[in-house]
Amino acid sequence: MSVPANLRYTESHEWVRKEPDGSVTIGITDHAQNALGDIVFLELPDTGRSVAAGEEVAVVESVKAASDIYAPIAGEIIAANSDAVDAPESVNTDAYASWLFKLKPANLNDIDKLLTADAYKAIIDAA
Amino acid sequence: MSKQTPLHATHVAAGAKLVDFAGWDMPIHYGSQLEEHKLVRSDAGMFDVSHMLPVDVEGAGAQDFLRRLLANNIDKLKEAGRALYSCMLNERGGVVDDLITYFFAPDFYRIVVNAGTAEKDIAWMRKQAAAMPGGGNVTITARRDFAMIAVQGPQARAKVWAALPGSQAVSEPLKYFQACQWNDITLCRTGYTGEDGFELIVPATRVVEIWNALADAGVKPAGLGARDTLRLEAGMNLYGQDMDDDVGPLESGLAWTVDFNAGRDFVGRAALESAPPARALVGIVLEDRGVLRSHMQVFTDQGGFGETTSGSFAPSMNASIAFARVPASIAIGDTVHVDIRGKQLKARVVKTPFVRHGQILV
Repeated sequence: MSVPANLRYTESHEWVRKEPDGSVTIGITDHAQNALGDIVFLELPDTGRSVAAGEEVAVVESVKAASDIYAPIAGEIIAANSDAVDAPESVNTDAYASWLFKLKPANLNDIDKLLTADAYKAIIDAA
Repeated sequence: MSKQTPLHATHVAAGAKLVDFAGWDMPIHYGSQLEEHKLVRSDAGMFDVSHMLPVDVEGAGAQDFLRRLLANNIDKLKEAGRALYSCMLNERGGVVDDLITYFFAPDFYRIVVNAGTAEKDIAWMRKQAAAMPGGGNVTITARRDFAMIAVQGPQARAKVWAALPGSQAVSEPLKYFQACQWNDITLCRTGYTGEDGFELIVPATRVVEIWNALADAGVKPAGLGARDTLRLEAGMNLYGQDMDDDVGPLESGLAWTVDFNAGRDFVGRAALESAPPARALVGIVLEDRGVLRSHMQVFTDQGGFGETTSGSFAPSMNASIAFARVPASIAIGDTVHVDIRGKQLKARVVKTPFVRHGQILV
C-alpha cells in the first residue's frame, strides 16, 4: 500500500496535506480504500461548517458498508470535492489524488501532532 | 476456527479476500466485487457454494415426510429432476430455513440447505420424522462429501459445456429448476443471481479439478459480495436477514411458495392460517442520493413504519435498492421515506425482481 512520505495521517486512515496557502486537504488512504472495496457513494460536508478534531464530517460508502470520515484537526470546511462525489470510484483508483474536503485549520500547528508516514505505516503493518 | 471448503487453498492462491460467513472462511471478492457482479450479468462467473449442504431424504416415506415438512407442495414435482423452492417452517409459522428440493425418485429427494442453518435443519428434519408413524420411514443423510459450484451468467451454460465434455447432451434439455445426474455430478439449472446457469453438486474430492476446468474455459471466480448484490437485484431473499425463525413467509414476500391447497397438514400451517399477515416485504428504490442498508427505518405516507431487511448499492442499476418490511397496506408505486443518518430520503415501492436476465425491470 502506498503511504506518501510528504503527508500526515490519522489512526482512522485519513491523509492530510498542508497547502502553501495555509489550508489543509484531507482524503482517505490507499490502505483505507483497499479495505473498503469498491466505493460507490460519498457524502461530503457543506462549506462554512466549523468542525472539531475527531468530529464525523463525511461518509464513504463502498458496496459493502458505510464508513465515517473524521476531521483530523479543528477548523472550518472551505471546500468539498464535487468531482469525487460524481465519480466515487476515483477514490479507489487514486486515493491521494481524489481528495474529499479542505479545512482552514483553527491552529495550523495541529497538523504536526498527526502521524508521520512512518508512524502510519507501522500501524497498518501491525493490523 | 472457521470451516474451510475444499476450494479454500484455491481461493487463497487466487488472491481472494476472505471473510467469515456463517462460520466459514469464504471469499468476499477476488479484487473487485463490482466487476464480478457485472461479469455475471454480462458473461459468466463462478461461486464456491460448498458451504451449503446437500441433504438426501430417502425411503418409502420420503414423499409423505416432505409433504408434511415443507410449506410448498412437493406433489408439484412430477418428473424426475424437477426442483422446488420452499420454506421449512416451525410450528409458529416462522422460517427454519429456505431450501431447494430436487426430486429424483419417489424414494429419493436431495435438498440443499443454507450453511448457517445446516445443523439446525438436520436436527429439525430428524425431529419431524421421528414424530411421524414409523419414524417417517425416511433416512436423512447430510452429504458433506459433496462440494458445490454455482456457474451463473448468460454464457454460463456454454462455458460449463466447454469445461465438462459430454455434459451438454444431458443438460441442454433441462428447463429452469430442473436437474439431472451425470456421472458423479448433479447438474442443476438453478441459481441465486437472476441469470441463467447451473449449480453443480460434485464430489468434494473432485471440486478443485472441476473448478480449474471451468477457469480454463474462461469462467472467472466471483465472491459472496457479488452473490449478495446479484441476489438482491434478482429479488431473492437471504435467510437470517429477510426472514428467520420468528418471521414467516407471508411477511417475507414468499406467499407464492406456500401451498394451502389440498388440505395438506404441513408444519406451521395452522399458525399461518390463524393470523393474516400484518406486514409485507416489498422492494424499494432510493430516489435521493445515498445507499440503503439493512435495518434502516422506513416511513410510509400513510403514517406506518417499518425497516429495511437487505439493502445495497445495485451495480446493474447504478442506484440503491432494498427490501423493506412495512405495513401490509403498502402498494406498488407508493412513496416511502428512509432514515439515513438522520435524513429522510425518498424511495419508491416497486415490484420485484429489480433485475432479471441482465434487464432492469423497475
